[in-house]
Amino acid sequence: MSDLAPAASPSVVAAASARRGESRWWVVARTAFPFLVVALAWEVTAHLGIFPRKLFPPLEDVAAALVRLTADGVLPHHVLDTLLRLLAGFALAAVAGVAIGFAMGRSRRAEDVFLPLVSIGAPIPGLAYAPLFLLWFGLGNTTAVLLVAFVSAFPVVFNTWTGVKAVKDIWVRSAQAMGADNRRLLHHVILPGALPYVLTGLRLGLAQAWRILVGVEMLAAVPWGLGWMIFGAREFLNTDVMLAGVAVIGAIGLALEKLVFQRLEQYTVVRWGMMS
Amino acid sequence: MSAAASTERATSAYRAGLTLLLAAACYEAVARSGAFPPALLPTLPKVASTLWALILDGTMLEHAAYTMYRVLVGLALAVAVALPLGILMGRFRPVENFFLPLASALMPIPSLAWVPVFILWFGLGNTVAILIVFYAALFPMLLNAWSGVRAVNPLWLRAAGAMGADERALFWKVIMPGASPFIITGLRQAFLRAWIAVVGAEMLAASDWGLGWVIFDAKEFLNADVMLAALAVIGAIGFVFERLVFGSIERATVMRWGMVRTAKG
Repeated sequence: MSDLAPAASPSVVAAASARRGESRWWVVARTAFPFLVVALAWEVTAHLGIFPRKLFPPLEDVAAALVRLTADGVLPHHVLDTLLRLLAGFALAAVAGVAIGFAMGRSRRAEDVFLPLVSIGAPIPGLAYAPLFLLWFGLGNTTAVLLVAFVSAFPVVFNTWTGVKAVKDIWVRSAQAMGADNRRLLHHVILPGALPYVLTGLRLGLAQAWRILVGVEMLAAVPWGLGWMIFGAREFLNTDVMLAGVAVIGAIGLALEKLVFQRLEQYTVVRWGMMS
Repeated sequence: MSAAASTERATSAYRAGLTLLLAAACYEAVARSGAFPPALLPTLPKVASTLWALILDGTMLEHAAYTMYRVLVGLALAVAVALPLGILMGRFRPVENFFLPLASALMPIPSLAWVPVFILWFGLGNTVAILIVFYAALFPMLLNAWSGVRAVNPLWLRAAGAMGADERALFWKVIMPGASPFIITGLRQAFLRAWIAVVGAEMLAASDWGLGWVIFDAKEFLNADVMLAALAVIGAIGFVFERLVFGSIERATVMRWGMVRTAKG
């Protein structure tokens, strides 16, 4: 699977600047500079009046929309509903995905049963299932949560399965030779050994869930949610609301990656010396 | 391959076939039991005959052609921008310093979030779908090209330099082959992202043609058989590209040059 390929991730990006030992202020200034250039270009284009202000609002309009929506509580409500949906879907995917992946890694029979099903389901883009889920489960939350869960389960299953299979045979045999029963084996050998892969799977699953959720919210006509907010704003030509929504979506995506998963990795696999 | 391994493989294939048959039989039993309306849960022969009819009258092929056109144009644009930019970022520090923060800020925004904005700017139709594909495919390509160039062993660069290679020879003979496994991985991921994005973009930016649009349109008329047929086509095209196209590109380039191991265990 290409999910397992040596891909570049944002953590590489962060490490690259830390490695060179530059002063912190220089790094901050250097990082801010491209954003200033782009913001300036945007402002100039917006104020030149080539495009209607409604369609290409200057940044102060977008910022004003952001403040206005936050102050009257609309934006927090959208964010909260989106996050709840993400969490519910991802939790389902994590539990089911890790369980199926473990079963596939440990038992030949389970592998033969699940692998063909998973390999047929995985290459179909998640959103393609959306209309089918809409037909089966109706408009609204159920569809959104189930679809997010379904889509984000695939990377979790694949990576957990690979991780369990990647546990060195010699570790398992030496633990057994030292008299470990099945439970101890699972807890002390297989789980820690597979964990880097499982975490990678969860991370990819969460990223996938996040990418799909925005689209699902647009299609499933849920009453609240960021995807719906930006899609609904189209009707009223509120480009400023849309861009504010897109900015919030980007910020949440970044926070999920930086705060949740990098921390989790630090606390578990790096600390146990499974990964540097 | 030893005889034991090949019998084991045969058993696995046999069991896989059995599982699929069993899953199909379960589905068929549920569909025929009448517990759900047949419009929502059509039987497999019905789906197959719908698929066949749509292929015969040419509509399915036309939808697939539109979707492929959007994916390939968007992907080509993304590669045309991201590959040179990624290589420049890997070679020159100031370029990296400028574009890397922008890329890391834009990357976490799902491509579909831009759909409403692009619809307002460019109207419904092909432009939106192509731009969404472009956005989705851009970042995997960019990041992989960048890390591929950075991952080239500095020893090789110095060795080539000591043997008198000029900048051009260095680029074509050392950097490009060295970065190629990453670039091909990037291409592969870019295609996968593009494939996901195009379906969503077609559903949201309705444009009369395209596999995503067929699925979404079929919902209005409760044509679950059309949906499942289109899903099968989408899955088949994705599978063909992933396995056959990228697999053969990989075999023809990086595996032949010995950059990655041929067998994956």
